[in-house]
Amino acid sequence: MKKGNWLEYQKEIADDRYYYVRSCIRQNFFPGSEAAFLDIMRNVLGKDVCDDPNHTSCTGIGYHSDIVPVETTMTVVARQFAMMTAAGYENLAPSCITSFGLYQEILDMWHHFPDMEAKAREMLYKATGREFDKPKNVAHASDIIFHHREEIARQAKYRLVDAVTGKSLRGVEHIGCHYAKVFPDKGVGGAEFPYVLAGMIESWGGTVVDYPERRHCCGFGFRNYLVMANRGYSIANSKKKFESMAPFKPDFILTNCPGCPMFLDRWQYAISEMEGVTYGEKGGIPVLTYEELAGLVLGRDPWKLGLQMHQVPVEPLLDKLGVDYDPGAKYLGKDGKYIGKPADTMLSNCYCSPM
Amino acid sequence: MGKYYERLKEDVRFIEALNSCMNCGVCTAVCPAAEFYNYDPRQIVSTVQTRNEEAIESLLKSETIWYCGECMSCKPRCPRGNTPGGVIQALRTLSQKEGFFIESEKGRQQLAVKRTIGENILNTGYCIIPKTVAPDMHPEQGAVWEWIWEHDQDIFECFTENYRQAGAGAMRRINEDCLDEVRRIFDVTGGTAFFEQIERQSEEAARQMGMDSHSDQYIGELFTANNGEHFRE
Repeated sequence: MKKGNWLEYQKEIADDRYYYVRSCIRQNFFPGSEAAFLDIMRNVLGKDVCDDPNHTSCTGIGYHSDIVPVETTMTVVARQFAMMTAAGYENLAPSCITSFGLYQEILDMWHHFPDMEAKAREMLYKATGREFDKPKNVAHASDIIFHHREEIARQAKYRLVDAVTGKSLRGVEHIGCHYAKVFPDKGVGGAEFPYVLAGMIESWGGTVVDYPERRHCCGFGFRNYLVMANRGYSIANSKKKFESMAPFKPDFILTNCPGCPMFLDRWQYAISEMEGVTYGEKGGIPVLTYEELAGLVLGRDPWKLGLQMHQVPVEPLLDKLGVDYDPGAKYLGKDGKYIGKPADTMLSNCYCSPM
Repeated sequence: MGKYYERLKEDVRFIEALNSCMNCGVCTAVCPAAEFYNYDPRQIVSTVQTRNEEAIESLLKSETIWYCGECMSCKPRCPRGNTPGGVIQALRTLSQKEGFFIESEKGRQQLAVKRTIGENILNTGYCIIPKTVAPDMHPEQGAVWEWIWEHDQDIFECFTENYRQAGAGAMRRINEDCLDEVRRIFDVTGGTAFFEQIERQSEEAARQMGMDSHSDQYIGELFTANNGEHFRE
């Protein structure tokens, strides 16, 4: 492909002054990741990020489970824009990929159906008395870390290389479906060549490993996970990915959607308990969020990043990186309070007794 | 030209999602749901495109429209610019408005989603909160999540000063003024009426099955029932 053709796969990412919109799923399962994003943006990169307590869920999980009508969702989204406007910001930075896709969908819908935008403005005003400006830039938080990846590399304490052998670590990436499949021109690299996570891995010294099912969904499927009877769909899709990537012996999986790392982490546990199968040599393939990976290369304490909240042990990756960490502090609560520890599982036993 | 196709066209997502399908089947080839379920998005789009009212009514009452995971993997692949997942969204919305969703096992699950995700949104401002991901309903979450669930205060306070309290941060308590705004948006935009429709129709479904829609028995049925006929051979 000619170099000039890649221009259509680029996107504009604002450089500073972001209005951060938190993710329901990321807050639940990876609260350390959102804390790490703010820490990196403010304390490493010196950027202005507004963490407004007055925004809410975008309703995205309800919308894509089809219990929330589009008129309701677009008006809740309009309220998020109104909160951003009131706070004096123009660059929206969603933490969630479902939200990111939804903001793009609503803006695109309003572009094609201006009467829907007028309706949203009217309904928002009637419900809340609020008005809004549309964001000038919408960049997912992973876009923003991608945008600043070289500065993070410059300040890094660790590179993504094996501390003993000096070999580059092998990462596989999994991009959330709604990042670029819905609106390819809104994602770095589009739906065909998404580069947002691969760019981070390469800039921080790792090697991106391709695998056949790289673009397959993790299997969230909204109602297909939320309702217990449907979860076979979810685990079957994750399993398809594990079996596709395992032969390439990745050191870690990197993700940008809040749900994907949770599913790729938990379904490895479920498969190990159900079938006695593990995909890594020492208790599974560690699954990381991009904030966690950025935090690790910057030398942050793994337990301050929340890596103890993962079901697949992360220690094999920490050991390869040569990260200095305290194994005894892994399961301590705030201020070092002892709060017990999780029961042993096949995955944790695999790590304790390396094969 | 009959009423169901015309009603689908009232949904802007349907207008954007269906141009003209040439039945190539690429959507089905890439579809995660089609690999797992007895599901064929190509066939659904083809059926809708015929504008056959009887066939569309059958779809609205069927299991098949509830299999899609809305990953939208079909969207960038369609050579005609259709989005079968968007057609599904419009079909599901109309199925619920018409009360047809209670005629399928998968459709009836909408009450379970409304009672969990829907009520979380109105009561907390989040789709999901930690305490609603209970280990007995989520055994796949594993031992680590069970430990987190039992010690949520001690663990979340490692990452935020405002867990379930006013202020900024992860899993903060969203204040009542903001929640009231969201509830009024639901009232003004039809979200509340849509929830009420799901409840009202589900009462009828439960009654037909000899149960009460507010009973643990019926909710348990929604979360766990599986007639074994959904899957690919």
